[in-house]
Amino acid sequence: MALLCYLVFLAFPFLWLVSTAFKPPRELGSLHPTWIPRAPTLDNFRTAFDEQPLLQAAANSLLAAAVSALVAIVLATPMAYVLARLRTRFARAATGWVVVSQAFPLVLVIIPLFLVLKTLHLVDARTGLILVYVVWSLPFALWMLTGYVRAVPPELEEAAAVDGAGRLRTLVSVTGPLLAPGIVATGLFAFITAWNEFFFALVLLKSPEKQTMPVVLTHFLGAEGVADLGPLAAAALLATLPSLLLFAVIQRRITGGMLAGAVKN
Amino acid sequence: MRAPRNGPGPRTEPGGNGFRNGGPRRRTLLAAAAAVPTAALLPGCSGGDGRRGGRGRSVLRFQSLAWQKESVDANKQLVAEWNRLHPDIPVQYVQGAWPTVHDQLLTSFEGGEAPDIIHDASDDLADFAYGGYLADLTGLLPRRLKDDIPARGWESGTFGGRVYGIPFLQEPRVLIADGVKLRRSGVRVPTADAPWTWEEFGEVAKELTGGGGYGVAWPLKEPVSVTLNLALSTGGRIFRRRPDGRAEVRFDAADQVVPRTIHDQVNVVRSAARTTLGMGGADTLPGFFAGRYAILPLGFSYRQQIAQQAPKDFEWTVLPAPRGAGGADQGVSPQTLSIAADCPRKEEAMAFVDFLLRPPNMARLALGDWMLPTGREALKAPELHEDRHDWATGTALADTLRAAPAQSVRGYPEWKDKIATPGFQEYYSGAIDLDELRQRLVHDGNLVLARYQR
Repeated sequence: MALLCYLVFLAFPFLWLVSTAFKPPRELGSLHPTWIPRAPTLDNFRTAFDEQPLLQAAANSLLAAAVSALVAIVLATPMAYVLARLRTRFARAATGWVVVSQAFPLVLVIIPLFLVLKTLHLVDARTGLILVYVVWSLPFALWMLTGYVRAVPPELEEAAAVDGAGRLRTLVSVTGPLLAPGIVATGLFAFITAWNEFFFALVLLKSPEKQTMPVVLTHFLGAEGVADLGPLAAAALLATLPSLLLFAVIQRRITGGMLAGAVKN
Repeated sequence: MRAPRNGPGPRTEPGGNGFRNGGPRRRTLLAAAAAVPTAALLPGCSGGDGRRGGRGRSVLRFQSLAWQKESVDANKQLVAEWNRLHPDIPVQYVQGAWPTVHDQLLTSFEGGEAPDIIHDASDDLADFAYGGYLADLTGLLPRRLKDDIPARGWESGTFGGRVYGIPFLQEPRVLIADGVKLRRSGVRVPTADAPWTWEEFGEVAKELTGGGGYGVAWPLKEPVSVTLNLALSTGGRIFRRRPDGRAEVRFDAADQVVPRTIHDQVNVVRSAARTTLGMGGADTLPGFFAGRYAILPLGFSYRQQIAQQAPKDFEWTVLPAPRGAGGADQGVSPQTLSIAADCPRKEEAMAFVDFLLRPPNMARLALGDWMLPTGREALKAPELHEDRHDWATGTALADTLRAAPAQSVRGYPEWKDKIATPGFQEYYSGAIDLDELRQRLVHDGNLVLARYQR
């Protein structure tokens, strides 16, 4: 029952978003709104695409999110392995620092970061944004992956060594498959973080053709909280879909990956 | 001046791999791991320089906050027209957004990367102007533009005696009424020449209350600007200048008329809906369409939302805001165009602004935003005098609009956020009385202002 309530709680905003995206303006102004639009329309989608470069923004977001997730994973995986396996004071301090770094608010770093990127000629460049996303998601990715590595029993690696496997072979054939679900989950986290990120993208990218989806969504908002609600909902729905699809596709693989490689042949 | 921005591009030179003992397979794996993200970055590395025109000329960036379709279209068309007529001074349209413009501009200014031509609201300009981020336009303004906008309009873009923002669009606060309810009640329908007095408005609200409905709904999510701007009509200014030029907060009888009227409507007479106090203007529209509220005090541009969302048979009308001892004046914070202090081609930027604000163009922008132009000539456009959507009612109010008294006061944003917003919210909801409100606005408020005026 509690699970059902939780699911309803989670689903409500999404279903409302879907409903709003298909409603004509007059239904949006109704005091008694309905779940199912009385006169469903695609006009909001047409207007959203007409008014803003949504496809280009989605492509920009996709590029930033995919590349930053990939780079974060490539960097975090070996670092996490070292931190998890080396039980030293340094490793504990590093892990602690990773946790503390998550508490820094964005506004604290944005201006120094802006100046650093400007010096590097990386303001208004996608590379700069991706670099920031990698740095921003790396600590949490590292933290997550460290947990996954610790969950892999070292005895399995020792058994592989006894069987004559070298270090690399052990990592690739034994640890790797067991870590795969964790790597996928962490990559997914990094992807979603970058996909949804707004503030860095707003501040760092100036050229219209480089703007990402969350920034473009604000273009449907006016002063004093007025919004072009229908097109905004349509655009927001489109912005939500990649994350949902990715979860749907990867969820099964995460579960499958957990079982694969757990048994030593 | 800005540093030249020659994007570094992707750094793909290998620089040695450093893996002395790695076998070919390991090297291949590592190289592949390094190459994947680098290759993926390639399309993203456009060098970070979006400011070169097609023939190598530098581009002036115009950041617009237009957000309604008609308004965005008008802006883009005008930029395209300019670029066609002036290929040697290309302008790039950059879309900004109202909710984020302050933070975005602040970081851009700090980093020396601000747009050249900046669209904002006059009440957001003070800190940027005093901070030296905006160009002083006083000597750049063309005579035509200077003469076209009345002096009271220029006040809103002038800080410390210098012009930092050119006001070009403004909107009065009006009363949007349910036409049927109004007609049935038999009350006098006000006109721009003969608005209701605040007392009369109170009586009308009482008259229109009943049957489960309220005479008026005040959406006061952001109560300070509404209160201060409407208070001009009763002679209230709240911020006054001392002989030494410093601003101080006062909350005298004239300042109290509007707040007391709203408070009494909500808490004493109960002719105003309490639940709407925390709402934004758009949130009250469904209740308005359903007949729950007879009158909504809203900005003139809300007509666009109403025209779009109101049921087909819903009859609505626009009335002027009430008048008081100070006449029908009200404060406004017009939309402005500024030029960044860092802009290397200020004369050319001003030429573009002048083009954008030529009377027919200013009128196009006003129509797109459902607002009023500040220019006298643009205000004569026939479309702005049509009865359709009550354009004529709003246009007739143009002479009553004054620069909001608070906007040039340094420290006003902090006073507003920390002192006035919670103070007015508590007063309007009945949690505190007028004396307590006065104590907070004046005593606590002046402590805040003092920090900015040392």
